[in-house]
Amino acid sequence: MQDILHAPDTGPLSADARSVSRPVIDIRDLSLTFETNDGPVHALSNIDLTIGKGDFVSFIGPSGCGKTTLLRVIADLEQKTGGEITVNSTTPENARLDRSYGYVFQAAALYPWRTIEKNIALPLEIMGLSKAEQRARIDKVLALVELSDFGKKFPWQLSGGMQQRASIARALAVEPDLLLMDEPFGALDEIVRDHLNDQLHQLWAKTNKTVVFVTHSIPEAVYLSTKIVVLCPRPGRIYDVIDSTLPRERTLDMRESEEFLKIAHRVREGLKAGHSYED
Amino acid sequence: MSAIASRRSSITLSMMLSWGVVALVALGLVTTTFTPDISPLDAPALAACLGLLGILGVRFGLGLAHHRIGDIALGVVTTLACGFLLRATADHAGAATTGFFFLLLAAWGAAWLFIERLAAWKLKGAGAKALNLAIPVLFGIWVLVVWELVTVGLGVPKVLLPAPSDIWTRLIGSVPILWADFRQTFLKAVIVGYVLGCGSGFLAAIAVDRVPFLRRGLMPIGNLVSALPIVGVAPIMVMWFGFDWPSKAAVVIIMTFFPMLVNTVAGLAASDAMQRDLMRTYASSYGQTLTKLRLPMAMPFIFNALKINSTLALIGAIVAEFFGTPIVGMGFRISTEVGRMNVDMVWAEIAVAALAGSLFYGAVALLERAVTFWHPSIRG
Amino acid sequence: MTRSSPLSRLAAGTTLPVVTVVLAIIALWYVAAVALNTPFQRDTYERAGQTDVPMSLLITDTLTQKRPVLPAPHQVLEEIWDTTVNKAVTSKRSLVYHAWITLSTTLLGFVIGTSLGILLAVGIVHSGVLDKSLMPWIITSQTIPILAIAPMIIVVLNSIGVTGLLPKAMISTYLSFFPVTVGMVKGLRSPEIIHLDLMHTYSATRLETFFKLRLPYALPYLFTSMKIGIASSLVGAIIGELPTGAVAGLGARLLAGSYYGQTTQIWSALLMASLLAGVLVGVIGLIERSVLKRMGMAS
Repeated sequence: MQDILHAPDTGPLSADARSVSRPVIDIRDLSLTFETNDGPVHALSNIDLTIGKGDFVSFIGPSGCGKTTLLRVIADLEQKTGGEITVNSTTPENARLDRSYGYVFQAAALYPWRTIEKNIALPLEIMGLSKAEQRARIDKVLALVELSDFGKKFPWQLSGGMQQRASIARALAVEPDLLLMDEPFGALDEIVRDHLNDQLHQLWAKTNKTVVFVTHSIPEAVYLSTKIVVLCPRPGRIYDVIDSTLPRERTLDMRESEEFLKIAHRVREGLKAGHSYED
Repeated sequence: MSAIASRRSSITLSMMLSWGVVALVALGLVTTTFTPDISPLDAPALAACLGLLGILGVRFGLGLAHHRIGDIALGVVTTLACGFLLRATADHAGAATTGFFFLLLAAWGAAWLFIERLAAWKLKGAGAKALNLAIPVLFGIWVLVVWELVTVGLGVPKVLLPAPSDIWTRLIGSVPILWADFRQTFLKAVIVGYVLGCGSGFLAAIAVDRVPFLRRGLMPIGNLVSALPIVGVAPIMVMWFGFDWPSKAAVVIIMTFFPMLVNTVAGLAASDAMQRDLMRTYASSYGQTLTKLRLPMAMPFIFNALKINSTLALIGAIVAEFFGTPIVGMGFRISTEVGRMNVDMVWAEIAVAALAGSLFYGAVALLERAVTFWHPSIRG
Repeated sequence: MTRSSPLSRLAAGTTLPVVTVVLAIIALWYVAAVALNTPFQRDTYERAGQTDVPMSLLITDTLTQKRPVLPAPHQVLEEIWDTTVNKAVTSKRSLVYHAWITLSTTLLGFVIGTSLGILLAVGIVHSGVLDKSLMPWIITSQTIPILAIAPMIIVVLNSIGVTGLLPKAMISTYLSFFPVTVGMVKGLRSPEIIHLDLMHTYSATRLETFFKLRLPYALPYLFTSMKIGIASSLVGAIIGELPTGAVAGLGARLLAGSYYGQTTQIWSALLMASLLAGVLVGVIGLIERSVLKRMGMAS
């Protein structure tokens, strides 16, 4: 990753520049209720959250706490049933129509009939970019995720970790300022996951993108985030918001530090308290 | 684990086969093959081959010669023995008796042993592909040889079952008629009907897919219709569109429409929620999602329908001709020649139909491999 | 969905859409019947010197012709009613009699075909040689328009004295064994490696593995293929009846109808055949559900 610094152009903003900028995502008293045959299910209730430019925010919580649902509301893949939400100062739908975010799913969701290059070109084709522009962006993001030699391969010829990197490249190709990631490394083994966490961190540190990241791994959340949002289920709500005291630049060894363990402990306590075992 | 078990049992099977071949060759050599009094010893070449077959049988039976050279020797000797037996049979048509059956069974056993040995060969890459093709081809040739031996040796009446050689002679002698029939039935009715039926089924599926209400209403009916004996509309189509090929094409259209409709609609629903969400995050239009995601995803289903339809089309066109045609066409030829008891002509026509059907299917299957190369069932 | 009205639930399900589509088909049928029968009716009027026939009369006349190009649904139903309820079942004019002939051929062919298919599948799954040599030909056999052989089989078998159900049933057999073979091979191979390994750790014999593992796994596949098989078997039976000189059976009714221009008879035979197909597939579906339910596989 060291030699690809040329790729993104915006350097890290200084701390005060970040604080004055307008929030990328602003959520006020958001709720979402699904109607089912067994009556209404409160997937989300009373969500208040502000995510600023350049933040790396993790949603963590037990299954059923609504962390993925919240991400999907931001992406306009689910509709809120109450409250207010703005993304890039507009509605999620407009943000989606503006292609202002990139979304990475739990699985790579690459099309098996397209090569890696062609998969990355998919959103660019839909946006109607010129062939030359597509080519330039593909080369740039392939370098960014270290897959330059694999552009002509088909997804099923790559390992799971490489496929997920390709899907991140596909999200980056849109050149969004906002990256929404739904447990992108959940299906990968620990070693690959560490490596990708490191890569993702460096990518974020270099590009100053805003990242919203859903996970159920405490070390992953603490290592990557500037802000950790702990959710709890029934109804899905925010239990705790932890601003990380770790420096912006991080290394994998930091996970042994006192500071890291303290934050991890607070997250774990939040998860325990918010988790009910009655059902 | 099952590989171990099957290898153990196939060794015992091949040994049993070997000893069976030895015993049958011995019996065949001492008994009368053809009446009045002809035994293999009267045909030196055949006797020599049988002797070699016996020796190889003993070697295989003892578990020797279990290598490729031995297998090839077995194949060559079996082929020669069959060849000489075929010639002897042709010379003594209809005169087969006890010994003939011993020899036939011996040849059968030897051929089975050979295929059994071939199937156990472990080849890689192109060799494995060639072997996988060679085994069924050898099996097919073997069926033809047995057919020829039995029909000629026993003098089976031609009306009942003509020998492959008779059918071949008839086929070569009637090329103009067969070609005219082929052109009428296949090139006109089948191709036109297939293209129109599949095309309209596809377009209807795209239309139905846009209206969920219509999809829910039409799908159960479409599934039901595919179980119906649609070929029964043939007399109606003949009445409406006349005796010539358009009425047959109409039957083909109706028969191919529903499989295409049902399969395409199922295929369009095959993309999973995550992939559709992905397209939504790109703010992709209906048309873009259709061409970039859902149609490629539907291709395996569409090709399934194209393959089913390739056989249905030929059946539909031929059966429709049973209900009335101008005096040309494969179905017409079959029904009239059956009436005249020219069974070898019927078989010649069926051979053409089988070849046309297989090639048609094969062409669609090849196209499928090229288009859906990415699908696990193809790339695996 | 808890508070949704019954109507919206119907629309969301399949009942209302299916009923709508069926009604639309019937309506289209009537429109087509009027349109297709009009030319003949106009000719009739012209010959009778009638002019200025009102539209309503034209429509009623087109729907009551004796030999219409396309009979209206009610004419077909009348014909079916007339030939089922109003005729003795043993009469040659009874559609029930003809349907019974076809049904018995279908069932005989289906039973033989299914048994043959299962046997072949068991052989193919357990023998590498059969798998490599026979399986390609079983698949090729279906690319051959086998129905073309139907008249020959019938005539040839008749000529050597084999008559009655068997020759026709052989065509049904041929058409129904294929889906069963292919489906069963797939089904018998569907247990995962883990399960086969488990049987191996029990040092189960091939027979035990077959009955305790492969067969239960194959049952859903078997039922699916049997549904296809019985539908094909019916087609085979109908085609098999064509060359017997139009004696008996639904196929014979089709042929006789086409000889004498009795369109209503053709349509009623066709409808009867469809009904038969629906019932046969439905019965197998019911057996499938009860068997799979007992095995805990039904969804």
